[in-house]
Amino acid sequence: MNNVLLRLRNISVKFDDETILDDVSLEICDKEFVTLLGPSGCGKTTTLRIIGGFVSPDKGEVWFENGLLNDVPAHKRPVNTIFQKYALFPNLNVYENVAFGLRVKKTPESEIKKTVHDMLSMVNLLGFERRDISTLSGGQQQRVAIARALAVKPRLLLLDEPLGALDLKLRKDMQVELKNIQKRLGITFIYVTHDQEEALSMSDRVVVMNNGVIQQIGTPEDIYNEPENAFVADFIGESNIVDGVMLEDYKAQFSGHTFECLDKGYAPKEQVDVVVRPEDVDIVPVEQGMLKGTVTSVTFKGVHFEIIVDIGGFKWMVQTTDYQPVGANIGLFIEPDAIHIMKKSEYSGMYGDYSSFSEDFDKLSDAEEGSDNA
Amino acid sequence: MRKNSRGILQKLISAPYLIWSVIFVILPLFMVIYYTFTDADGYFTLKNLATLGSTENINVLAISLAIALIATVVCLIVGFPLAYIVTKMKSGGQTVIMLLLMLPMWMNFVIRTNAIYVLTEAMGISETFTAAIMGMVYNFLPFMVLPIYSVMAKLDKHLFEAAHDLGCTKLQSIFKVLIPLSMPGVVSGITMVFVPSVSTFYISEKLGGGMFMTVGDKIDDSFMLYTDYNVGSAFSFVLLILIIISMAIMSKFTSDEDEGGVLL
Repeated sequence: MNNVLLRLRNISVKFDDETILDDVSLEICDKEFVTLLGPSGCGKTTTLRIIGGFVSPDKGEVWFENGLLNDVPAHKRPVNTIFQKYALFPNLNVYENVAFGLRVKKTPESEIKKTVHDMLSMVNLLGFERRDISTLSGGQQQRVAIARALAVKPRLLLLDEPLGALDLKLRKDMQVELKNIQKRLGITFIYVTHDQEEALSMSDRVVVMNNGVIQQIGTPEDIYNEPENAFVADFIGESNIVDGVMLEDYKAQFSGHTFECLDKGYAPKEQVDVVVRPEDVDIVPVEQGMLKGTVTSVTFKGVHFEIIVDIGGFKWMVQTTDYQPVGANIGLFIEPDAIHIMKKSEYSGMYGDYSSFSEDFDKLSDAEEGSDNA
Repeated sequence: MRKNSRGILQKLISAPYLIWSVIFVILPLFMVIYYTFTDADGYFTLKNLATLGSTENINVLAISLAIALIATVVCLIVGFPLAYIVTKMKSGGQTVIMLLLMLPMWMNFVIRTNAIYVLTEAMGISETFTAAIMGMVYNFLPFMVLPIYSVMAKLDKHLFEAAHDLGCTKLQSIFKVLIPLSMPGVVSGITMVFVPSVSTFYISEKLGGGMFMTVGDKIDDSFMLYTDYNVGSAFSFVLLILIIISMAIMSKFTSDEDEGGVLL
């Protein structure tokens, strides 16, 4: 692992008696791509603004290499930010926007010219130098913002939902482009998003946050395969989360059946949360099933069918390429490595049952994200 | 059919304003030009304009321009920071300050000017140049603050964070972001203060104690004291040209696309 570049120690922030961040500690390594992921109001943007120097924490320390950053003003930090709505200077053209930070530093004109050229070439905007910001599309403005922030050669780049305002196709392209830029320049990126897919596909490590508390830090694979609690399991991908009991090591009982699993180290008869990803459930004839249930709904998703199966009143989601008609009695088969056991947490019982599952809920919660500034 | 009737309706609604502006704006303007270039008997002459060439009258024009310029600069120096401070306040505070700023404008300006006169007496600076400037600044300050405030209030606060982020100190970000982006408001403010300042008459006469004459006073005297419409019109005409020139210069400082300014 590389050396640690940035260290947050026990950061707490309150706005008007409302706790925004509660004892957040985090280490970020040099050249790493770390994503802060969470729903709106989870404190991810505030964490970013603390690192950028726009918010002072009530408690805690921000260290950059061996220097304490707390009292260093934003303009002296070796850190630059790409703002959610780009914040490009409307009175300056593309060239002058990218040159802004260099001019402040009194860089010689010849060097400014070369740097701006390099940056615009990197973001594919050569030939746009004299254009007004207002004549650019959202994607182009986004790329000017990236060029402007990178022109001053930051050690650490903070990105606050930079792709939030772009449409899906452009988002995907920009994800690849950003990741390439990060690799090529070897700069540390801290990326804030509420889009779990974006987080999984771009990051070296993901920091999942909720209610101002870090829920889990890990690689995208860790976060997906070994979620720490029901919140993480539900927020990242789809999950069936059921109450279970660890009978002994490698033996879990849930939904009226005893399963072999790969988890150990729990007290005998300990109450646990059990996570089974919908794509890890195999559909088998009823008589061979470990669990038996009735199909209550089928949705065609393109790559697979998403079917909801009622098992003793608990609705499971199963993703399968085999079509099952509504009303069919089917059996479910779960491999030991498809079962993930989690300790009980404050989130137990809040997530993972698809009885209330509805596409509308997803859309409603997404619509609020735009106003997320916390 | 419907479109046509709407056209007629539009014409009907705009008719009163059209008639108004013809009778009270365009016609008087032509009358000013007519009187400027004719003598008392109605014959063409350039004598009226030539009268303005006298040392005394050139001085009057110069003093008027100087007073207006100084008053405008003082208004800008006071008004710009004030507008900025107000935008930084909580919305309740903003309303109170703007109300305090507007409140004096609800009173007649003769009364205001007399009140200022008493005040300058108490300060021991009555009937001086400074007193005249003070009176003008007091009267015209709201016209500077309002357009600047309306432009500043709409600026994205993230722009200042971005400037800060890219290495600007607080002071640098004022010069690199706040001032350039407030220019449409500044230009409107300057115009709205300079134009009435240069042609004002009562304020300078009363507060300056008759120590110097402005163009406004000259015009007033020409019409009221000497009933010489021709020379009075010539003064008005020259003033009009001066204002048009200064507005043309001001408009160079802001591009046509800029939004938010009240004028131009």
